[in-house]
Amino acid sequence: MTQTLPSVEVLVIGFGWTGAIIAQELAEAGLEVLALERGQWRDTPTDFATTFAQDELRYYWRHDLFERLNHDSLTFRNNASQTALPMRRLGSFLPGSSVGGGGVHWNGQVWRFLPSDFVARSHNLARYGKAYVPDDMTIQDWGVIYDELEPHYDKFEYLCGVSGKAGNLKGVIQPGGDPFEGPRAREYPNPPLDMPYAPTLFAKAAAGLGRHPFPHPAANASRAYTNPLGVQLGQCTYCGFCEKFGCGNYSKASAQTTILPVLMRKKNFTLRTESEVLRIEKAADGRSVTGVTYVDAQGQEVVQPAELVILTAFPLQNVRLMLVSGIGAPYDPATGKGVVGKNYTYQMMSSVNVFFEDKLLNPFMGAGALGMMLNDFNGDNFDHSGLGFIGGGYVGLMQTGARPIETHPTPEGTPAWGSEWKKAIARDYLKTATISTHGAVMARRGSYLDLDPTYKDVLGRPLLRMTFDFSDNEHRMSDYLTDRAAEIARAMGPREIKLNRRKGPYDITPYQTTHNTGGAIMGTDPASSAVNTYLQSWDAPNLFVIGGSAFPQNPGYNPMGTVGALAYRTAEAIKTRYLKATRQPLAPA
Amino acid sequence: MPHYQVDRRSLLVFSAAACAAPLASAAAQFTGAGVIWQANQAAYPTAVDLSAHYLFFTPAEAAFVEAACARLIPSDATGPGALQAGVPLFLDRQMAGDYGKGSRWYMQGPWPKGLPTQSYQSRYPPAELYRVAIGEIDRAAGASFAGLSSADQDAFLKRLEAGTVQLATVDAKAFFALLLQNVMEGFFSDPLYGGNRGMSGWRMIGFPGARYDYRPYLLRYGQPFPLPPTAIAGRAEWTRGGRP
Repeated sequence: MTQTLPSVEVLVIGFGWTGAIIAQELAEAGLEVLALERGQWRDTPTDFATTFAQDELRYYWRHDLFERLNHDSLTFRNNASQTALPMRRLGSFLPGSSVGGGGVHWNGQVWRFLPSDFVARSHNLARYGKAYVPDDMTIQDWGVIYDELEPHYDKFEYLCGVSGKAGNLKGVIQPGGDPFEGPRAREYPNPPLDMPYAPTLFAKAAAGLGRHPFPHPAANASRAYTNPLGVQLGQCTYCGFCEKFGCGNYSKASAQTTILPVLMRKKNFTLRTESEVLRIEKAADGRSVTGVTYVDAQGQEVVQPAELVILTAFPLQNVRLMLVSGIGAPYDPATGKGVVGKNYTYQMMSSVNVFFEDKLLNPFMGAGALGMMLNDFNGDNFDHSGLGFIGGGYVGLMQTGARPIETHPTPEGTPAWGSEWKKAIARDYLKTATISTHGAVMARRGSYLDLDPTYKDVLGRPLLRMTFDFSDNEHRMSDYLTDRAAEIARAMGPREIKLNRRKGPYDITPYQTTHNTGGAIMGTDPASSAVNTYLQSWDAPNLFVIGGSAFPQNPGYNPMGTVGALAYRTAEAIKTRYLKATRQPLAPA
Repeated sequence: MPHYQVDRRSLLVFSAAACAAPLASAAAQFTGAGVIWQANQAAYPTAVDLSAHYLFFTPAEAAFVEAACARLIPSDATGPGALQAGVPLFLDRQMAGDYGKGSRWYMQGPWPKGLPTQSYQSRYPPAELYRVAIGEIDRAAGASFAGLSSADQDAFLKRLEAGTVQLATVDAKAFFALLLQNVMEGFFSDPLYGGNRGMSGWRMIGFPGARYDYRPYLLRYGQPFPLPPTAIAGRAEWTRGGRP
């Protein structure tokens, strides 16, 4: 028998980074907030303490902190002519599970997108014309501009205690920072991390070629820091277990290290774990939502009514919940109509290994966002005329910790096993660095998310179906970035280098990035977006959908800085405007 | 919030009631209690038992696994190989446990043949795949793989790697990729799990292991890291019983 609980004011679905941000902001404003999390409670001393956090097998290869596919997965195909098959084991991306979500095992790379990224369609059309933005490239302007997001970026960066060097303070370019970034109101809260050897070699070579290297903005604390909520982070110790791992040292910003010690004490906040939302319930007239039905740990269905529902799951889950709940018109790639599932995008990575004869680099020391970067070839920071693509990405040399199962690069032509392989890794492990490129992906008419007709999750719901491939625009972009990275690699004086280009169709097997975006995109027109610029559903104004699912396309940076900024912007709009006129749209259709 | 319609007091009553008496749903619920920390609740890893014999592999399977390990990472002038590092025991413990069962994998049918970009589409979880594949490999090798000369074993492994061996049911290339990945895991993972004995894999490349604080060393550019490797359970000289 289904149990119906008393209504709550605010219901948050999914208690990761954005769930914690929105719950903290609304609970602080005095609202009664309930968060439902399908995973379990998770915290530093119990789940990844410094005494056992440095366990590559357990956390990365056995997926201890990641989503369990036996519970729920998705299906994948490159295009609509293929039959999508289930992702049976994790590979290309690693969504988090449980309290803190992916924010537990991220690297802490905190970027702001470029001002031109927010007007990608109009900007690129005006500068390069239709040939560069063909009809099937369904990119859109965001409907929000950089200047509107600046204070919210700032708020997220100060929450996290980001370590970095500003490149543009109120329009004045600052030496040592990123000269391409949009203007910021103030400096980062903490100075850059100490820089190990290899990134300094990269920076010197890049500067010699006329590029503009600067330290990666890092949510890894360069010094002890107390954030505006009064929560303390400790100085990073460069242990090299950041991405794919939880930080045992309270140095990497996460919900656990920046928000939960305050939020969990609030009497008007309740967290319910092991509670998986089956669907969001709609009112009889279909024009608002009434709450959710969830399944508890015993498999019992529970109805939880709510005045305001905020969906803050991983982007792919946000989209799936909207589809299974019938909120918003599903996207149809044949007609280009419908919005939910539209503009699913990803990112495109490549790298160049740099092998030195005599330079001891000690690559095992590291931090998630430690390195020297450059944005000379990101966004529209360079003239694309004649290049045949739009977009770009950052190029940088990051030292994130060379965990040995994952990281033992070998030169071109080395076998993958046997004595020759062994000799190569014994010779090169300590003397190799890798330059990475991190490229944008433009939305395409044929890349989208919908519900799979065949495969189901453990609760009997259809799996999400992902239809996605890289297009020529992305391959040209990535090859261009790889060539720029190789120029710098050669200028570093190596014994040899190896180019790892991204060739062929998108393959879900090897790890690439967990930057899955789109599917519930933001915009100014209900015909082409699922949510308005406050991430409020066009179809049900008492539902907000926060996360990378709102990105109309995926710029060449890590997404979390912008996801955090969008979450704070939504929280502010709810507090200052929505509560004065509940269930009303915050933007005109 | 003049227009807000929820009765705040009824909600507080609800929360208090929920704390006093668990919901029928019995989900874990936390209100205003601070972070939920309890002593002795840490999810420490469990070290595998090194003394027992194989738990999963049959003698014939163990013969294959040991022979394959000895060729994939041979003992040579560079250092000890996978056999000396205990990788066969690591593989056995992995196959006998949750990983072997594919307990975190999506294993529902149907099972049409996938495209290379769609990744692993076998209906076998890892342990079953090893079992079936090793039987089929021994049959394809004519007698047993372990009985071949080292040169013939290398040649056979190369054909598995390239997918040019036709096995009865198993995708040779997919099995080889999984085997090689698992052997690397055994060679380079913490000795807790049975492989990387004496931290020999880490010593070979210069990885200092489960260390916590590199701050004093980060800016010593080009200098060798001065300390020997350590594992999660420490170093042999620190611990009774000589592990790891």
